[in-house]
Amino acid sequence: MSESLTPPTAAPAAASKEPPSVLDVFMTFLIIGATSFGGAVVAYLRSSLVGKKKWLDDTHFLELKSISNTLPGLNATNMSILVGDRLRGAVGAAAALIGMCLPGFIFMTVAGIMYGENGDRPLVTAMLKGVAAAAVGLIAATWFQIGKKSVRGFYDAFFILAAVLAVNHFKVSVPIVLIAVGALAIFTNRPGKQRQKEAVSEWISSLR
Amino acid sequence: MDQLPAIARVFGYLSLLTVGGGMAAFPEMKSLVVDVHRWLSYPQLIHVYSVGQMAPGPNMMMVAAVGERVSGLSGAAIAALAFFVPTGLLTFGVGRIWNRLANWPWRTSIQLGLAPVAIGLAVAGTVTLGKGAITNWVTVGVALAVFGATLRTKINPALLILCGAVVGGIALR
Repeated sequence: MSESLTPPTAAPAAASKEPPSVLDVFMTFLIIGATSFGGAVVAYLRSSLVGKKKWLDDTHFLELKSISNTLPGLNATNMSILVGDRLRGAVGAAAALIGMCLPGFIFMTVAGIMYGENGDRPLVTAMLKGVAAAAVGLIAATWFQIGKKSVRGFYDAFFILAAVLAVNHFKVSVPIVLIAVGALAIFTNRPGKQRQKEAVSEWISSLR
Repeated sequence: MDQLPAIARVFGYLSLLTVGGGMAAFPEMKSLVVDVHRWLSYPQLIHVYSVGQMAPGPNMMMVAAVGERVSGLSGAAIAALAFFVPTGLLTFGVGRIWNRLANWPWRTSIQLGLAPVAIGLAVAGTVTLGKGAITNWVTVGVALAVFGATLRTKINPALLILCGAVVGGIALR
């Protein structure tokens, strides 16, 4: 059934001779899900799927990445679903998603149990404070890199600033900011208003 | 047990806010998990969130640890399912019709418009997390050191977080 469900625009023939089996898809995503750290999942996916396995070509990968960025959901899981679907239809998407999530799920469930048992110890609390500070540095660096690559002028900078100030300074809740600033930003980029085509390909290549 | 529906609601809702990444949902997660449901204290949420940065795979799997704290294994499973399945179905559906939307001019507008908003929400989430996590000079130093090392080297981020744990264990007791 997965075959017949695959959209006609799926997996470009250039990238692969024969689609991998569902088990292949599951195992590949399981390994990436177990070995990718620190939000760098997409880089791991790219080197595995485009580089080693050659299941997708780079252009196709970036196109999927641009869909994944626009939708709610994490890049890691959105990419698993989109790639899994391209390779093996709905079953492939589920296999990829489960493979991607399973190792982290086990890790965090065990972490939750251990935290419940030891979280109050002074040494553990002290270590976790260090972990939290390091996490802030890591996340800030990740977004600094993304921001540096993808801000394309005044309006982008303005919308970033508007979202930050609304949430942190004016204490507006995130869904309202998302809808209000999002709508304004989409309207600013409305059809016919601009540089659309070039801007999109520019943006997509910034996702690299 | 009676908390399971609330876990499903909270994490299902939070998942819809993760445009561009999980960090965007952090301020709202703080208000729901800490202020509304009182499942965790704010320092506890920060701890769990930060440990989540060390986990392999999707960096928001920390929702499973929150679920586990509230309601054991079933809580962990419900939190993860609620967080990943609804947005997963949306992605699946949109992925299927994406190419058909190629000639719909607003597709481009939405992509270009949401990109900076996603960055802004992530920065806002990072600021919220930072306000809770950066409390003295040691934490300032750790955060700056990790920030610099991430930008300048290719070192494994999980290793940097472990270094933070060691420094914290020595200097923050």
